[in-house]
Amino acid sequence: MFEQLYNAIFIGSIYALFAVGFALVFSVLDILNLAHPTVFMLGAFTALFVIATLGLPWYAAIVIAFVATGLFGIVLDRIAFAPLRRRGAPPLSAMISSLAVTLIVVRLVELRYGGDFITFPRGTVPSFLLHVGDATLEGVRLAIIVLAIVLMLGLTYLVRSTSLGRDIRALAENPRAARILGVDVERAIAATFFISSALGGLAGVLLGFAYDSVDSKMGLPLELRAFTVMVVGGMGSLPGAVLGAYLLGLGEVASLVYLPAELRDAFAFGLLFLVLIVRPSGLLGQRVVDRV
Amino acid sequence: MDEIGDFLAAYSTLVGFVGVSALLALSVWVTLYAGQLTLGNAAFMGIGAYVSALLGRHLGTPFPIALVVGALAAGATAAPLGLTVFRLRGVYLAIATLAFGEVVRVILLATPITGKGQGLNGIPPKTELWHIYLSLAVVAYVLWRVQGSTVGRAWAAIREDETAAASQGIAVRRYKLGAFVAGALVAAWAGGLSAHLTFSIEPNDFAFSKAVQILVFAVVGGIPNPLGPIFGAALLTALPELLRPLKDYRDILQGLILLLVIIYLPRGLVTVAQLRRTRRLQEIGAADVA
Repeated sequence: MFEQLYNAIFIGSIYALFAVGFALVFSVLDILNLAHPTVFMLGAFTALFVIATLGLPWYAAIVIAFVATGLFGIVLDRIAFAPLRRRGAPPLSAMISSLAVTLIVVRLVELRYGGDFITFPRGTVPSFLLHVGDATLEGVRLAIIVLAIVLMLGLTYLVRSTSLGRDIRALAENPRAARILGVDVERAIAATFFISSALGGLAGVLLGFAYDSVDSKMGLPLELRAFTVMVVGGMGSLPGAVLGAYLLGLGEVASLVYLPAELRDAFAFGLLFLVLIVRPSGLLGQRVVDRV
Repeated sequence: MDEIGDFLAAYSTLVGFVGVSALLALSVWVTLYAGQLTLGNAAFMGIGAYVSALLGRHLGTPFPIALVVGALAAGATAAPLGLTVFRLRGVYLAIATLAFGEVVRVILLATPITGKGQGLNGIPPKTELWHIYLSLAVVAYVLWRVQGSTVGRAWAAIREDETAAASQGIAVRRYKLGAFVAGALVAAWAGGLSAHLTFSIEPNDFAFSKAVQILVFAVVGGIPNPLGPIFGAALLTALPELLRPLKDYRDILQGLILLLVIIYLPRGLVTVAQLRRTRRLQEIGAADVA
């Protein structure tokens, strides 16, 4: 029971890191970034490259992957979203352009690494066991949980209490007014994408470390889960996304215990559907207001 | 001789797939034309495929009747679903219909009669090419005519401004539901045809990626009229096969096409012909006409 709770909090932390970046871009720019799972995968492969090819230690891999995926986020915005934003294209267009980037990037990664699971070279990924009472826990997961929580607190501080955070919030509220008030909108957008993608990429590195496995499709299961997390918490609400992520982690682990394995996915999507019908504004979201 | 035979066999399957894709693209066009971004059509396709295949297998139902029942089953699912989800708009609606699709997929994965993860194998190949293309012609013709009718104008009005449409006395809910159910019927019909074209079906054939693919067909082709989705589906279904020698790079190519179309041809490939005219209008200062 205790081990299951531990694993639920671990997987919830991964979901939270992933979904917080996804929700950040949605709340600031109204973009559903379907390339976010690809960024997650890229993070894991960057770590693999740093460790296996460059021969650097795991902590260097974490830092390099964090920065590299953050920069990728800025490039992604320049290529796939900025041209659409200038034109005032509908949200659907951004979904499709990010999907196009996904197709391209996943294939590029596969050309280099193939489509199969890859493990890190032996002994390069930290791994140790914790004994708590009569339960044996994987220690790395505890480190990941702590790191995720620290990062999310850091993000909260950044958004609430720094001048960059104020710019980002102004942008989310009203891009035009923000520009008039002297906010450097381009810088705020670039920062939003850097933060979002760096966190998403880091989530990929950490999951890759925890499972000692990396593959080109590893982001896919997170895509629909990120939707669930965001809708359950309230679209675009960052604390909501974190809450939704841990709820989903707990629910999934519980459904693994009580339901047949095939129904594991049903929990996430059943929950998503139910929340949309009963309370579309989510747990922490504001009421959905008709914009007309 | 064998090689020619193989080539023809492969070719006729491809032609069949192109037609099925076109039908699917039209099924999502109906809802897009009414301004509703729904992603449930892969699931409706799955319902049509499974219901028609199971009827044929267990009850010996004749093929045309099995197809009709499959479509009706999807329509009967779409009606209550539409009534529930149409309070939602935009991305919320897209996500809700996507979640519905995943729920259908999981049910298919967990139910013994649908063969669970293995799916159904050995479905008799009853679909002839003319079935597909006759269906496509009929659906395209009907939709083309609907465009100019009261229903089509109501859909366009709802797409442009739902609140204004309602205030003009248009029964918004009824028209939205009509578009949704019509899309489900067409998608399920296409699903039944494709099941009897491909020999086997499995739940993952009708998952998230399929839903997105159908949407991409329609958007790349263009929404202004039903020809766009047909064109987009044909291009994007045939292209990967025609690019087989470049198969390592075809996802990249497809991604690039998608990116270029969405950025430079926002109204889809069908507007290429109109582009020159638009550009001239822009030059003389009459932009945003098209």
